[in-house]
Amino acid sequence: MSLRAGVVVFPGSNCDRDGAVALAMVAGRKPKMIWHQDTKLPPLDLIFLPGGFSYGDYLRCGAIAAHSPVMREVVAAAKKGVAVLGVCNGFHLLTESGLLPGALIRNAGLKFVCRSVDLTVERTDTPYAGRYTQGQSLSIPVAHGDGNYTADADTLARLNDEGRVAFRYRDNPNGSADNIAGIYNETGRVLGMMPHPERAVEPMLGSSDGLGLFQSIAEVLA
Amino acid sequence: MTTTRRRTTRKKKSAPDLPDVQPSTEADGIAQGLSAEEYARAVEICGRPPNLLELGIFSVMWSEHCSYKSSKKWLRQFPTEAPWVILGPGENAGAVDIGDGLAACFKMESHNHPSFIEPYQGAATGVGGILRDVFTMGARPVAILNALRFGDPDHPKTRHLVAGVVRGIGGYGNCVGVPTVGGECEFDPAYNGNPLVNAMAVGIAPADRIFTAKAEGAGNPVVYVGAKTGRDGIHGATMASTTFDDEAEQQRPTVQVGDPFTEKLLIEACLELMATDAIVAIQDMGAAGLTSSSFEMASKGGLGVELALDRVPMRETGMRPYEIMLSESQERMLMILKPGQEAVAEAIFTKWELDFAVIGTLTDSGQMVLTWNGETVADVPIRPLADESPEYDRPWVETVPPAPLDRASLSPLGDWKTALTKLLGSPNGSSKRWIWQQYDHMVMGDSMVVNGVGPGGDSALVRIHGTARALALTSDCTPRYCQADPRQGGMQAVAEAYRNLSATGAKPLAITDNLNFGSPQRPEIMGQFVGCTQGMAEACEALDFPVVSGNVSLYNETNGQAILPTPVVGGLGVLDDLSKAVNIAFPAGGLELVLIGETDGHLGCTAYLRDVLGRTGPDAGPPPQVRLAIEKRNGTFVRSIIGKGLVAACHDLSDGGLLVAAAEMALASGIGCSLNITEVSAAMLFGEDQGRYIVATAHASAVLSAAYAANVPAGKLGVTGGDALTLNRGRSISLQDLRASHEGWLPSYADSET
Repeated sequence: MSLRAGVVVFPGSNCDRDGAVALAMVAGRKPKMIWHQDTKLPPLDLIFLPGGFSYGDYLRCGAIAAHSPVMREVVAAAKKGVAVLGVCNGFHLLTESGLLPGALIRNAGLKFVCRSVDLTVERTDTPYAGRYTQGQSLSIPVAHGDGNYTADADTLARLNDEGRVAFRYRDNPNGSADNIAGIYNETGRVLGMMPHPERAVEPMLGSSDGLGLFQSIAEVLA
Repeated sequence: MTTTRRRTTRKKKSAPDLPDVQPSTEADGIAQGLSAEEYARAVEICGRPPNLLELGIFSVMWSEHCSYKSSKKWLRQFPTEAPWVILGPGENAGAVDIGDGLAACFKMESHNHPSFIEPYQGAATGVGGILRDVFTMGARPVAILNALRFGDPDHPKTRHLVAGVVRGIGGYGNCVGVPTVGGECEFDPAYNGNPLVNAMAVGIAPADRIFTAKAEGAGNPVVYVGAKTGRDGIHGATMASTTFDDEAEQQRPTVQVGDPFTEKLLIEACLELMATDAIVAIQDMGAAGLTSSSFEMASKGGLGVELALDRVPMRETGMRPYEIMLSESQERMLMILKPGQEAVAEAIFTKWELDFAVIGTLTDSGQMVLTWNGETVADVPIRPLADESPEYDRPWVETVPPAPLDRASLSPLGDWKTALTKLLGSPNGSSKRWIWQQYDHMVMGDSMVVNGVGPGGDSALVRIHGTARALALTSDCTPRYCQADPRQGGMQAVAEAYRNLSATGAKPLAITDNLNFGSPQRPEIMGQFVGCTQGMAEACEALDFPVVSGNVSLYNETNGQAILPTPVVGGLGVLDDLSKAVNIAFPAGGLELVLIGETDGHLGCTAYLRDVLGRTGPDAGPPPQVRLAIEKRNGTFVRSIIGKGLVAACHDLSDGGLLVAAAEMALASGIGCSLNITEVSAAMLFGEDQGRYIVATAHASAVLSAAYAANVPAGKLGVTGGDALTLNRGRSISLQDLRASHEGWLPSYADSET
C-alpha cells in the first residue's frame, strides 16, 4: 500500500508544490491536491497543510484559512485520527483551528528570516520521526516572519511534560518559547512545525535531513 | 466577484458634464509633461485640440518612461539576435531557448522614483510589476533578483531606505512564493537623493506557448482581469520621467500600493487560463495602466479598440474616465480572448476570486475609442500616435577618462591584512546576508546549494524544475568604472555578467538591462548614456551575449545631483548538467589554487583606492581595460574545465581583486588557503585587472596543460587548507577575524537605531 496523502491548497499557499514533490518522493505516487473550498475529503492517510500566505495573511497568519470549508473537514478528520502535518503557515492553521495549542507571533527580531537552522529531534516514537534518533541534529531551513511560538506557562509545562515537543531549535531564529520548533497533539498524529522539511529532501537543496520525516510517514502511515 | 451588470444600475453622469472632455490648451499639455512642440503634434494628429482625457493618453504614451524618446536611438545598437533567442526586446520580456522544449523569459525593471518616495510600496510594486511582465508571457516565475543602490550610509535617509526597500521586496516576493535568489547592493553618496531599485524576474514557459501582446481579430473581446482600479499611481509614468527636488515627497499619491496575495492569485489564474486555448493576446497593466496596455496591444496588431470605461471594475466611487485610464493600480491584466471563450475565462477567474469584466472589443477602425455610459469621451488614432512618438537625438558630450594614475602618488600598502579587512568590511565589500536572509530564497524547491553555499556566490543557480539542468543568474554593474569611462564601464558590466555565469560552469545565453542615468537633457549625462550603451553593445557582440529585454530609467537626479551612470546587466546562462555546477566555496583542504588570466596590477578606480585610500572620482584614475577577445577566451576555457570536472571551486576576480576573491572563497566554506605571491604590493593583491578567475582543483597539472593548449595565462597561486589566509608562508589572518569584519558591518548598521 502506498501512502495516500493530500495537500490542501489555499489561495496564497506557496509551498503546496514543494510539499507534493517531497511526498511523491516517498509515496511513489502523487498526492491529491485539495482545493480550499472542497467540503469532502477523499480517504487519506496524511493531510499536509503547506506554507505560504493563505488569503494573504493580512489579518493574522492562518486566521481566515482556519475558517475555510476544507478546514472543518480537516479538523473532523484529525479528530478521527487522520495524521495532519502543518508546516509554517500550516502550523499557523493548526493553532488557529485549535488542533494544536499556543500561537505563533512576530519573530523576536521583527524581520522575516530565511536560513538553515539546526534542530534537535525530541522524540522518535511518532509517525513522523521513526527514521530519526533521539537527540539527532537536523539541518532544515526556516522561512517566516511569524514563527515565534508562544503559549501560557501551563501549556508550555504540559507540552514539555507530556513529551509533545517534536523539535527544538539549537540556534533559535525567532524567539520561540523553550526553543520550540514543532509540537505534537496529544496522540502524536498531528504535527505543526515552522521549519520546512520539504525544503531539505535532497543534497542539491543543501540538506536531506527532512527526508527522514517523509520516509517515516510513508513507513508508518501507508 | 464584481460583474459588469452590477454597475448598470448606477446613476449615470452624462459625458458633457465631465472635465475630461473639455478641450485642452497648450498650457495643459505642458502641465502634463509634453513640450510645446509635442503638444502641437498632438493637435495635428487629432485635427483639433485633444480633450483632457485624450491629452492624458498622449502625455503618458509620449513620456520618457513609455516612449524611450531619448534613448531609443542608442538602444538600436544592441545586438538582439542569436540562434537561441526566441523573442528579443519589444515584448513584455525577452525569451531564450533553454532546451528540453522550454524557454526562459526574463526582464529587469526599475522602480527608482517610487522607492525614494515610499520605499516599502515602491520596492514591493517593482517586484510585482516585473513578475507580471514574465507571467504575462505564459511563463511561471521561478526567480527574482534585485540590484539596489543607496546613498552614503551616513546620510540621514539611507538607513530608512535600506530597511524599507528590503522589507518591500521581501514582503512581496515572499508572499507570492517566488524565490529571491540573487542581486547586488552598493552605497555611494551619488545616490543620496535617488536610490536605485532594479528588479529582475525570470520565468519558464513551454517554448512553443509564449504569449505576446499582439492583438488579432476585429470583434474579439477585450477583457479586464485582476484587481479593481483605484486612484493610486495616476501619472506614475510621467513622474518617473522627471527629476526630483525637495518637494519629492509630495508625490506620494503617485506611488502604487501592492497586494502580493492578489498577484499570487493572478499568476495561478493566468497560467490556468493559458493552458486552455482561449487567449489571443495578453498584456499587464503596468506603467500608464489601461492606457498603455490597450494602446500597445491594438498598435502591435494594427487594429483599433473600443473600451467602455464604465465597465471597468472600480475600487472607489466617483472615478472619472481620466482617472481610470491613467491609474496604475497593481495586479491587473488586459487580454484579448478568442470569440466565445468568455465563459471559460470567467470561470477560472471566479475560482480564484478575481475580477473579470469584458470591457470592450477590437475594431478595424484604427482608432482608440473610449466611451462612458454610452457616450464617446475620447477618439484618437492609434497608428499616428505610435508612429509619431517623439524621438530625440539629444546633444551629448563624450566623457574624457581621467589621466592614468600616478602610482608614485599613492601611499604605500603597509599591512596587507589591514587593507584586506577594511575592504571586506566596507559598506560595499561587506556581506549582504542581512538582506538576503530576509528574502525567501528557497521556496519552489529548486534553489541550488553547492558545497554548502546558496546565495552569495558569483551567480544564483536554480534547477529547471523536473530536469537535471539549471539556470545561472546574475546582476552586475560597476558604476564607478562607468563614471570614469562610460564605454569601458558599459563593457565591463556585460563582461562581468559573462564571467559570473561562466564561473559556475553555465553557458551565458543573453542579458536584460536596466539603464539608470540622470537627466538626458544634460549633454554630459547623455554622453554617459551613449558611452555606456556603446560599450555594452560591443561587449554583447563580442561575447555572443545578446540583449533580449530591458528598461531605461532617466532623470535620476535630485536638485541637479545626478546618480553615477548605472547600466545594470542581468545575465542568464544554462548548465546542461547541474551536477557539474561549481561555486565559490572551497569544498576541501589540500586543493591547489590556479589563477587564470593576466595580472598587470591596474589600480585605477579600484575598490582599494576608494575604501582603503579614500580616493574617488577624477582622483581615482581610469578603470581597467576590458579586452573582449580575452574575456571570451578565458570564459570559454573556464567553462570547459568545469565541464570536464577538473574544478572544485571557482570565483571571478572583481571588486578588491585577487586577495578579496581568495578571502571570499575561504569565507564561503570556512576552509582557509595559503597563497604564494611574488610581489606583495597593492597592485598585485588588490588590482582589478579584468578577465581573471581563481579555480581550486585537485587536477592542477591537467588545468595548467589545458590552459597552455588554449593559450590562456594560468599559474599556480597556492593551496587550500587551515583556518586562515596566509601569504608566502609568512603572515596570516584568521578566517574568524575576516568573517567578523565581513559579516559585521551591515547588521550593525541596519539594525542600529540612529
